[in-house]
Amino acid sequence: MLKNNFLEVAKKISVIENNHSKAKEIIDGLPEKSYFVVGITGSPGVGKSSLTNIIAMKFLEKGKTAVLAIDPSSPFTGGAFLGDRIRMKDSASKGVFIRSLASRGSVGGLNPSIYDTVEFLGRSGFEYIILETVGTGQAETDIKNIADVIVLVLSPGNGDEIQSMKAGIMEIGDIYVVNKMDLPGAKSLYAKVKSILELSNKNNEVLLTGMAYKETIYDLFDKINIELGKKTHRNSVKNKREINRLLNVVLKEINDNCLNCESLEIIYKFIREDLNEGKKS
Amino acid sequence: MPIKVLVAKPGLDGHDRGAKVVAMALRDAGMEVIYTGLRQTPSSIADAALQEDVDIIGLSILSGAHNRLCKKVLDAMKERNIENKPVFLGGIIPEEDYENLKSMGIVDIFGPGTSLELIAKRIKEIVKK
Ligand SMILES: Nc1nc2c(ncn2[C@@H]2O[C@H](COP(=O)(O)OP(=O)(O)O)[C@@H](O)[C@H]2O)c(=O)[nH]1
Ligand SMILES: [Mg+2]
Repeated sequence: MLKNNFLEVAKKISVIENNHSKAKEIIDGLPEKSYFVVGITGSPGVGKSSLTNIIAMKFLEKGKTAVLAIDPSSPFTGGAFLGDRIRMKDSASKGVFIRSLASRGSVGGLNPSIYDTVEFLGRSGFEYIILETVGTGQAETDIKNIADVIVLVLSPGNGDEIQSMKAGIMEIGDIYVVNKMDLPGAKSLYAKVKSILELSNKNNEVLLTGMAYKETIYDLFDKINIELGKKTHRNSVKNKREINRLLNVVLKEINDNCLNCESLEIIYKFIREDLNEGKKS
Repeated sequence: MPIKVLVAKPGLDGHDRGAKVVAMALRDAGMEVIYTGLRQTPSSIADAALQEDVDIIGLSILSGAHNRLCKKVLDAMKERNIENKPVFLGGIIPEEDYENLKSMGIVDIFGPGTSLELIAKRIKEIVKK
């Protein structure tokens, strides 16, 4: 199961997370490789980790697979509770590399080193990288910049699903999933999602899934692969990912060499938003 | 950088309330806490510690099987070349077992009455980050 390689990868992720100039050295020292990034996003408790567990095992049949599970840091203490491994025992025991990351209050909403970490995993030979994120606020922007495919997960009885639709998170999915199909309310949520997408002239896939119905999750896996196969789309994501990664490197380097960089953060944010606008069409 | 802690429950005992309370307290003390849930095997705990590259590992054991389980976790860590990561223990541990556990390599043991502040403080001392 390449345990020794896992040890080296794990240690280097820590270096990348904590020291960006070393990050650059590590990444530049590895040859570029091609890899796929799948984003699984949605509110807490909808079943992202449970789905990721199964999807990751399916990817593992095709090639080396890693999961990055990102949860928010407390803005007050800097601490974080990272509980995604609870639902990922099966894939962990099969040989999926799993790393939990705290968001550490970044500009974009995800862990500030996420672009480097993903690129590092790709260059280390992981062909499939799954990012589990809580899809709120700025994290949406980051995941859009990194993932080749985004799966937006909703579930009935979660209270905030309609809220997230209003907040525009409904924009970001390539595939929509209503999980916990065994619960009452799943079918009506499914119908609601469909009608919202139709209203905005989107014809994305909407799927019903449930842990007790493995075939529904395998179906999701197939749909993810179909999306990954759309080449032209992939190239634009790959460029966007690399541009954003380099932007991050530049920002951090400038940050190290100047005393008051608040304005830089603002400029950086504008550049990124611009970049997104440009790629939307 | 925040201290990274793995809080794990090896063995078969049925509830993890105590472990969760500790995990939350450590989060509130500013640490990044990876929580793995119930019924972990020693090898899955060692795998998690390796992949997460934590600074320190906390085991919670209520079943009475602490001597055997701690040894197995420490052995699994050795197999993976991560025996340098400190391991502490919480739960219901009779004092006569402390010496044996410490000679095995457990850095500290927190009985049921230990305050959460003290646990956080000790971890900070041990990790010295
Ligand atoms: N009833 C039901 N519960 C589910 C299903 N999938 C996940 N859950 C439960 O939902 C809770 C949250 O799951 P988790 O995967 O941790 O969600 P996350 O926070 O989105 O990663 C757990 O208690 C799961 O067991 C499902 O299909 N049906
Ligand atoms: Mg989760």
